[in-house]
Amino acid sequence: MIPSANIPPGSIDKKWSNFKSSCELVAPANRRKFRILVVGTGLAGASAASALGEQGYEVLVFTYHDTPRRAHSIAAQGGINAAKNYRNDGDSVFRLFAETLKGGDFRSREANVYRLAEISVQIIDHCVALGVPFARDYGGYLDTRSFGGTRVARTFYARGQTGQQLLLACYSSLLRQVDLGNVKIFPNHEMLDLVVVDNRAVGLIVRNLLNGSIHRIKGDCVILATGGYSNVYYLSTNARKSNASAIVRAFKRGAGFANPCFTQIHPTCIPATSEHQSKLTLMSESLRNDGRVWVPRNQEDKSKDPRLIPEKDRFYYLEQWYPSYGNLTPRDIASRAAKKVCDEGLGVGPMGLGVYLDFADAIKRLGKDTIAERYGNLFEMYQSITGENPWEVPMRIYPGPHYTMGGLWVDYNLMSTVSGLFVIGEANFSDHGANRLGASALMQGLADGFFIIPYSVPHFLATNGKNKISEDSPEFIVAEKAVSERIKRVLSYQGNHAVSEIHRRLGKILWDKCGMSRSHAGLTNALSEVKELAEALPKLIRVIDEGEGLNYALEHALRLEDFVKLGELMILDALERKESCGGHFREEFQSEDGEAARNDEEFAHVSVWFNQNGLRLETEKLTFEYVKPTIRSYK
Amino acid sequence: MKIYLKIWRQKNYSEPGFFEDFCLDEVSSDLSLLEALDLLNERLTRESRRPISFDSDCREGICGTCGFLINGRPHGGFEGLTTCQVYLRKFKNEDTLVLEPFRGGPFRIITDLVVDRSKFDEIITAGGYISASVGQAPEANSILVPKEIAEEAFDAAACIGCGACVAACPNGSAMLFTSAKIYHLNKLPQGRPEAKKRASRMISKMIESGFGACSLHGECETVCPKKISLKVINFALREARR
Ligand SMILES: Cc1cc2nc3c(=O)[nH]c(=O)nc-3n(C[C@H](O)[C@H](O)[C@H](O)COP(=O)(O)OP(=O)(O)OC[C@H]3O[C@@H](n4cnc5c(N)ncnc54)[C@H](O)[C@@H]3O)c2cc1C
Ligand code: FES
Repeated sequence: MIPSANIPPGSIDKKWSNFKSSCELVAPANRRKFRILVVGTGLAGASAASALGEQGYEVLVFTYHDTPRRAHSIAAQGGINAAKNYRNDGDSVFRLFAETLKGGDFRSREANVYRLAEISVQIIDHCVALGVPFARDYGGYLDTRSFGGTRVARTFYARGQTGQQLLLACYSSLLRQVDLGNVKIFPNHEMLDLVVVDNRAVGLIVRNLLNGSIHRIKGDCVILATGGYSNVYYLSTNARKSNASAIVRAFKRGAGFANPCFTQIHPTCIPATSEHQSKLTLMSESLRNDGRVWVPRNQEDKSKDPRLIPEKDRFYYLEQWYPSYGNLTPRDIASRAAKKVCDEGLGVGPMGLGVYLDFADAIKRLGKDTIAERYGNLFEMYQSITGENPWEVPMRIYPGPHYTMGGLWVDYNLMSTVSGLFVIGEANFSDHGANRLGASALMQGLADGFFIIPYSVPHFLATNGKNKISEDSPEFIVAEKAVSERIKRVLSYQGNHAVSEIHRRLGKILWDKCGMSRSHAGLTNALSEVKELAEALPKLIRVIDEGEGLNYALEHALRLEDFVKLGELMILDALERKESCGGHFREEFQSEDGEAARNDEEFAHVSVWFNQNGLRLETEKLTFEYVKPTIRSYK
Repeated sequence: MKIYLKIWRQKNYSEPGFFEDFCLDEVSSDLSLLEALDLLNERLTRESRRPISFDSDCREGICGTCGFLINGRPHGGFEGLTTCQVYLRKFKNEDTLVLEPFRGGPFRIITDLVVDRSKFDEIITAGGYISASVGQAPEANSILVPKEIAEEAFDAAACIGCGACVAACPNGSAMLFTSAKIYHLNKLPQGRPEAKKRASRMISKMIESGFGACSLHGECETVCPKKISLKVINFALREARR
């Protein structure tokens, strides 16, 4: 059953301070007696681990990366939101809250989203103190810019490398705690299972990737900060190793999984050009501030040099369809619009799956230097990948899987349905509802890690005390044995394909039928295809046994099995949600002009899946007191 | 196009390594070099042969995971590019590419093209941070940072910790890596209180970790995919001596 969401009492602007002033605390001298296990060193994990280290707990941190500095957060480009209102352009905590709720198409919890907006301001203060070289104006003050889906300039940025600079700040803060002896880091260690006893998380089973050894690790609570699952689609903007295994394993051990079908397709990726492409590269959304999106009006012009197509033959479809937001419409809308024009046969580029993002006007208006200062590294990146020069020819872009709003269900304290299992960052079902606004994932990861966990974890420890299950207990031994056997089983598969080939197959099913647009028929079909694939895996895959050493294919095979399980869950959830909202577009449910048609009567809820005696769906009702659900309009 | 590959194979640190030859026929020049290796690995797996181990993650030049020598040069020596950003169109049809792991200082081979760079974390642990705990920070705009200073600090902060500098250095020194962090933090007003201690601790730690001393040879600067300049080293040495 879904436990209470534990929303504190009081008006929305008082809830968080009410919680902070009434939560239980652990006395400084007792903190060292508690051991906290953190999985993941992205923005969420690194910030949580360092903040808990600062408080004096014993913190053990696990990551499959060779160093905490490489987590996928490093790749975030565009920026991080905060309601500082430094521009005096009408921003406020309430506005950031309301826009995030509306951007998420009213499928998130009011109290959580308000808290996020409230904390956003402190994040910037702390990151500056840690030495993040944010962009500055000539007076030495912090600069901001606007981002898709908003009309105020509240996005702080560090060139096109905001995620890198934020992650490196969290990483150095984490290593400071290592230096002080509070935190211990285990790089090259992958969590392969969660140990749960009487619905309390008591530890982990981890594998040392360098020598294959398997370990039982006990803790008083566990924090999963393991990122999102866009790689279920194989091709996505996520780093190659990003995967869903930690949250799928926790799901198998009893944690509820919320809204698995809420995935975000980002409108501005470099289009795929070949079957063997290994990932999609994102072109930051900030490019839409100055770039204009268009396709030729006439199919005959598709293969022409775009520079020779006269103005009257260009279709600036976003500006025409959504005049008030134009090129800055939210991601889900911009992505579907691109799909629509390409489906009509107007797409450009090798496979007809692309639209132009054109900077010619901006370069004329602002000069090359300004554009280079804003986007220089993105232009270089585009050129190195495509071999085309975006200073001369418009970029080509196409939507691609990017972010997952779904994830493990958590209450206000960020605790899952398993007691003592906290889930933060992209791994939880998050504050973004059915669609995330740009520059708000970094904000959420850091709010969770630096500012919320340091209250909610001590509260849990003070209330529940130490975990008494030892690493030599039967529960740990059984869990370890299951992991070793699973590895043996995977190594014995006698298929004829590399893991990546089969992963690509799964990705294609999901992208075609559970991607940008979904229908009952397509989803039903996808469900049987994924189930078939799940059954056939042992006959399809081959993993070469490399003995005790590093074995990337084995790591990938274990992750693929979990992705297949998750794929099935996404499809089931998409079938059950008989409405269109945010990134979830069901073809049967659209308005007359083809926009998503939400159904608040029946679906204003979080769908939470459980894996106990088969799959079971429960719902958490969402109520809106402060912002009235409206039909989103960006026209 | 057709590409010949000569790849360093070594099962683990204690076994001897050797070069193995491969040929990729009819590959698209739009593939990246790592995608070509993925393709080769799929083939090796089908033939029940041990795939080539090489590490990568972001595949867009920002995480610093990838990296090996291409024809003797870290990341191939292309200006501003990491290994994962090298596309086959950079080469000529029927070219031979020699791929070897980064070697130098305390970097140890794990398997094939993968090396252990964990000593980098040890260097950062020795003061490569600003001591600010959650709750202590003042209002962000109360610390003014002149635009030029913020930009200069950023140029150094762009380091991705790939290890190309070490692999290129005849002394196996990690001075460019170490100094980039010192430069980033010490240039900013927030980093000043710990400036001297940070510089001297980090440089001593680098030597203690088994990296060579710097003789300002300058090879590191030429191979750094983030174009970090040698000036950070002069700055760091000055800061340590203050
Ligand atoms: C290209 C790109 C650009 C983006 N740009 C922006 C932006 O401009 N603004 C914004 O707000 N958001 C942006 N995002 C989204 C944002 O970057 C992510 O949502 C966020 O960084 C996720 O952080 P995280 O800490 O939750 O997880 P991650 O950074 O993904 O970290 C996951 C960590 O968990 C570890 N891990 C996972 N599973 C295991 C396991 N089983 N065992 C051990 N360790 C494990 C990994 O090693 C890693 O350390 C972007 C995303 C992408 C892909
Ligand atoms: S894989 Fe990230 S820099 Fe190459």
